[in-house]
Amino acid sequence: MRQRRHNRHILFGTAALAISALALSGCAGGEVSDDEGTALSEAEFEGRGPINYVSSRDASGAAQDSLDKWNSEHPDEQVTLIELPDSADQQRQQLIQNAQIESDTFSVLNLDVVWTSEFAANRWIQPLPEDALPTDSMIPATVNAASYRDTLYGAPYYTDGALLYYRTDLLEAAGIDSPPATWDEMEGACDAILALPEGDDMSCYAGQFDKNEALTVNFTEAVASAGGTVFDEDGSPTVDTPEALAGLTQLSDAFANGLVASDAITYLEEQGRRAFQDGEVVFLRNWPFVYASLTATDGSSQVVDKFGISSVPGIGENPGVSTLGGRNLAVSPFTANKATALDFIKFFTSEEESRARLDKSSRAPVYPSLLEDPSVVEQRPFYPTLLESLENAQPRPKVVQYGATTTAIQEEAYAALTGDKDPETALADMQSKLEELSAD
Amino acid sequence: MSTRIAASPRSPGRTKSGNRSAGEGRMAALLLSPTLLVLALVIAYPLVSALYQSMFREQSGLDASGFVAEGEVFVGLGNYADLFVGESGARFLNAFGNTTFFTVTTVTLETVLGLCLAIAMNRAFRGRSFLRASILIPWAIPTAVSGLLWRWIFQSDGIANSLIGSETLWTAEGVAAKVAIIVAEVWKTAPFIGLLVLAGMQIIPEEIYEAAKIDGAGFWRQFRSITLPLVKPTLLVAVLFRLLDALRMFDLPFVLIGPGKESVETLSMLAFDESNQLRYGSASAFAVILFLYVALVAIVFVKLLGADVAGTKQVRALRRATSTRKAKAL
Repeated sequence: MRQRRHNRHILFGTAALAISALALSGCAGGEVSDDEGTALSEAEFEGRGPINYVSSRDASGAAQDSLDKWNSEHPDEQVTLIELPDSADQQRQQLIQNAQIESDTFSVLNLDVVWTSEFAANRWIQPLPEDALPTDSMIPATVNAASYRDTLYGAPYYTDGALLYYRTDLLEAAGIDSPPATWDEMEGACDAILALPEGDDMSCYAGQFDKNEALTVNFTEAVASAGGTVFDEDGSPTVDTPEALAGLTQLSDAFANGLVASDAITYLEEQGRRAFQDGEVVFLRNWPFVYASLTATDGSSQVVDKFGISSVPGIGENPGVSTLGGRNLAVSPFTANKATALDFIKFFTSEEESRARLDKSSRAPVYPSLLEDPSVVEQRPFYPTLLESLENAQPRPKVVQYGATTTAIQEEAYAALTGDKDPETALADMQSKLEELSAD
Repeated sequence: MSTRIAASPRSPGRTKSGNRSAGEGRMAALLLSPTLLVLALVIAYPLVSALYQSMFREQSGLDASGFVAEGEVFVGLGNYADLFVGESGARFLNAFGNTTFFTVTTVTLETVLGLCLAIAMNRAFRGRSFLRASILIPWAIPTAVSGLLWRWIFQSDGIANSLIGSETLWTAEGVAAKVAIIVAEVWKTAPFIGLLVLAGMQIIPEEIYEAAKIDGAGFWRQFRSITLPLVKPTLLVAVLFRLLDALRMFDLPFVLIGPGKESVETLSMLAFDESNQLRYGSASAFAVILFLYVALVAIVFVKLLGADVAGTKQVRALRRATSTRKAKAL
């Protein structure tokens, strides 16, 4: 009997160990690698041969068309597309894991603009030779977002900015001629519209306020639209300024006085889009991609032909400032065929290929000339407004520890919006957290 | 996951060690060594590796040209000491509290509900197999998927709010978020307890109930004096598995409410978040703490309540019950 009991304990112990080991797995990680990361001239990008292009999902198939074209022209330098999961966090994780083991599987990386600093500072991407890309003909903000400490690390691939969607029919009914340029004007317009019978049961404004990357975006935009910044040129946090306070106060007041419906605290892009296209919201801050859903003629959208687009509103006397989204292409330092990788990046992000992809994909190219081209605008009427809002767009914080930074911002901004903290306290706490993170 | 690993080994009948020769022992060791090797690889190695990793900290500073300083520094137990102080300490204690709270509440509710389900399924009635199959559905759905389903149910204009006619923000921070997690978790895992208990109930011989009926025992009396004592070993094992599983809770709060929400952040989520931010040292420290916590709960559970993981007691209890009946009958 004693023997049995003993064995049972072993069995049990094994089971418990196994269970707990599952909790542990995936947490033991590798060490940071060492590799030289000084800027190479174009001649130093050596090696030709097949490479892999790692990207988020190519849903429209536009990228595949570009790839097919390259592959037919370069039979000895074939590019294979590797698609990563939809979630940006998972993409980042896979890219980092590959870089940490110095795998040569990923040659050309498709990076979110906010990852540039982290990847550059960890030497997971290669600085690009100067003059390799026609950066002068691109939107300056996109080039800035692809650089780390004044060195270009990525080739801007496509860009994204905030737009203010508004209901033209309701503005007209209320006798308002032009979309609001500031929050005050927007509030005034809402007072008039919500008093109308059509405006019954509607709320004024919606953005993205759930604790998520999108909250960092909305917060950064509010601060920038009030004339402030989240980080200054030197990378020190500046959210203890009166401008930052004005920005956050505008958002928290909007929740407090009902300008934003209370359930909008749970909104991300999709929920806001649905509310707007179901006619529940007058003004919506969202990305260009919702344009297709709003104009859908299959009956799902109640606002077809009833909405317009403008830049996000400013706060006080300041102009509205959009944050910058989008993607860059970068070269991994661990790939053998760097010359092919560089050539491929140049080809893929060229104006010609960007134009060709427009047939299938609505992702905004980084070339102003394309965004303003009448034949393009005919297809995508929101491009000129987007370009306008991108011209003074501010990138999100360019910091190496972006993950921890955005978490800290979300934490404090969310506390202010839900009324757990007043904006002053939230910003003071945010400032001290960010100072801790950005300290060298 | 855990259930399968732990449920498969059953104690085989074995001889007393006394009449084993030395050769037999060597043979046994030889035959067991592949198993031990696999166990060492998939259990001991990750464990030791995590322990080792938890003694290091990544350098976060930048050098003059803006590159991250390479390598890690040995900090000993520094990562563990940090768990209890300052900002990260508050976050850890909150996550620890959440983990414990969710484990206690969900497992309690699941046990009660699971027992009811088992009783319902054990009855012979029309459509029983249909009921059994439908009860299994929640358990069969992957947690991440059920997390999404419940997210839709609980969103501000979702079914939950329109059914109870409230405007609760379930997926924002607060008590409502906790309630949402508990509801979804109980919905998903009560069938697990139900099924295990049902299996335990079905090996109770019908004759015991028949005898009890003749003795004039009602439903409650039968339940308390026959069903409960006889399914207790199975029930305890089921509860133990659920406890260990609930302590590791990750995907449901992550998908249903979202990462970084204080009111539902569990220890696993914290460890995940840390490793996501490349702080593998402190991530490992969190994971090791969670491991110790899980192990402690398991040991206490087994010692205090005598959960019978290997399944020997039930057979004994049954034998005893039948022999008592027989003795009475004689």
